[in-house]
Amino acid sequence: MSEGKEARPMLEVNDIHVFYGAIHAIKGISLKVDPGEIVTLIGANGAGKSTTLNTIAGLLRPRSGSVLFEGESLAHVPASKTVFRGMALCPEGRRIFQQMNVRDNLIMGGFSRPNAELEGSLENVYRYFPRLKERERQIAGTLSGGEQQMLAMARALMSKPKLMMLDEPSMGLAPILVEQIFDIIRELHAAGTTILLVEQNAQMALSIADRAYVLETGTISMSGEAKALLADDSVRKAYLGN
Amino acid sequence: MVYFLSNLVNGITLGSVYAMIALGYSMVYGIAKMLNFAHGDVIMVGAYVCFCAVQYWNLPPAAAVLVSMIVSTLLGVLIEGLAYRPLRQATSLAVLITAIGVSYLLQNLALLIWGATPVIFSSVVPDFKVRLLGGDLIITSAAIFTVLAAVAVMIALTLFVSRSRTGKAMRAVSEDRGAAELMGISVNRTISVTFAIGSALAAVAGVLLCSTYPTLTPTTGSLPGIKAFTAAVFGGIGSIPGAMLGGLLLGLIEIFGRSYISSELGDAIVFAVLIIVLLVRPTGLLGKPIREKV
Repeated sequence: MSEGKEARPMLEVNDIHVFYGAIHAIKGISLKVDPGEIVTLIGANGAGKSTTLNTIAGLLRPRSGSVLFEGESLAHVPASKTVFRGMALCPEGRRIFQQMNVRDNLIMGGFSRPNAELEGSLENVYRYFPRLKERERQIAGTLSGGEQQMLAMARALMSKPKLMMLDEPSMGLAPILVEQIFDIIRELHAAGTTILLVEQNAQMALSIADRAYVLETGTISMSGEAKALLADDSVRKAYLGN
Repeated sequence: MVYFLSNLVNGITLGSVYAMIALGYSMVYGIAKMLNFAHGDVIMVGAYVCFCAVQYWNLPPAAAVLVSMIVSTLLGVLIEGLAYRPLRQATSLAVLITAIGVSYLLQNLALLIWGATPVIFSSVVPDFKVRLLGGDLIITSAAIFTVLAAVAVMIALTLFVSRSRTGKAMRAVSEDRGAAELMGISVNRTISVTFAIGSALAAVAGVLLCSTYPTLTPTTGSLPGIKAFTAAVFGGIGSIPGAMLGGLLLGLIEIFGRSYISSELGDAIVFAVLIIVLLVRPTGLLGKPIREKV
């Protein structure tokens, strides 16, 4: 990990503007994630949370503004190269390879790493997700929703990221599974991974995060310590339902 | 009986050629999501290169086939890089029209280089005949080599796609391009590899096709190309076993249709069967039904 270096943010997003055709989806978002933090982006559907993550990962290009990872600009880094820098995105809707088996999905997750690391990485990932080990040869599309989410996280983990970005990991899951997923996020964090988490489940997200940003129609409306936001009246009304 | 068996042999031989061409169509469609209508013309170029290698450069047949495969592979990668890659974000219609344009370009370049007069292709397989059933059923060496080549290609390709890292990356790109990129898989590189493999197979198919049907002209590739495309759709486009099955069935239907129904209507029968299959199974014989993502 990059401990011991100067206090430089791991990820820095400076005033990005992102468009879908003529639609101005992100209107000047800036945020930063320091090494070792859990930072969460919360907000309603369509606020631009996933767009922000996809832009950081390079799947979308900002029209203006910059994304810096460990101080280096990603402006000319294609999406297929960002993972080599040490960031992984576990995308919205999981997007596992449905027709491939569990093991092959994980092998694809380790595509950016040397072959020699493969077995060790698999073992490491199976330690977090023992269920996947049992289902190694099963076709991914036949897994349950919770197992698919675990596979998506495990797959992202195979690249040994310094920064793990998770897009709505709790989506569509039963409460008990949501608890499990968040437990694993805590474990990953304890093992030294920096986390950027996008969630609609603001309660859960704020309870594990150090800091949070609240997104509203493409801009950041609020930001601060997660605990403070959890106690904030307007946040409680808008996102926590009380 | 002998008549039936010899038709069967011819059908399997022709079907094996279609299958090898269909594999190229199908893989490119599965991974690049485009129909490469210039694929048939790569067959023709492959056959011409092999012809020149034997006729003018006096290479032994095996070396000639290898040269033909190398040239076709480079041609395929070049076509992809110059004509299709700039259109990655364009509408599929623009890509389709470009592919048709590339097809005509190749045919006319061949016309410039080799002329319109058909050349007689000398078979690259050792010439012998196997006589069965007391000498009534004759199987040519070209037929044997064609079927063996198709089987070898099928096995090699299946192993490659299911076992190798690059093969798995191809499946990943075919399923979800964005997710594959997030894994660190370069989509452009994967598509290039796909074109390289498809074009090498097209060269083999061209050489074997011309070993059985030796008249070679700049348009030699277009009809087999269209039929192999039909075979790929028939079997389920995007599926490797589907392309093999579709190609084989198409060859059999064509030969049996010509022999037992009407020699003039052979092609019409082929396409009529395609229409019927697509009415019953729109995704082809082995194609997976498209599921909506929830």
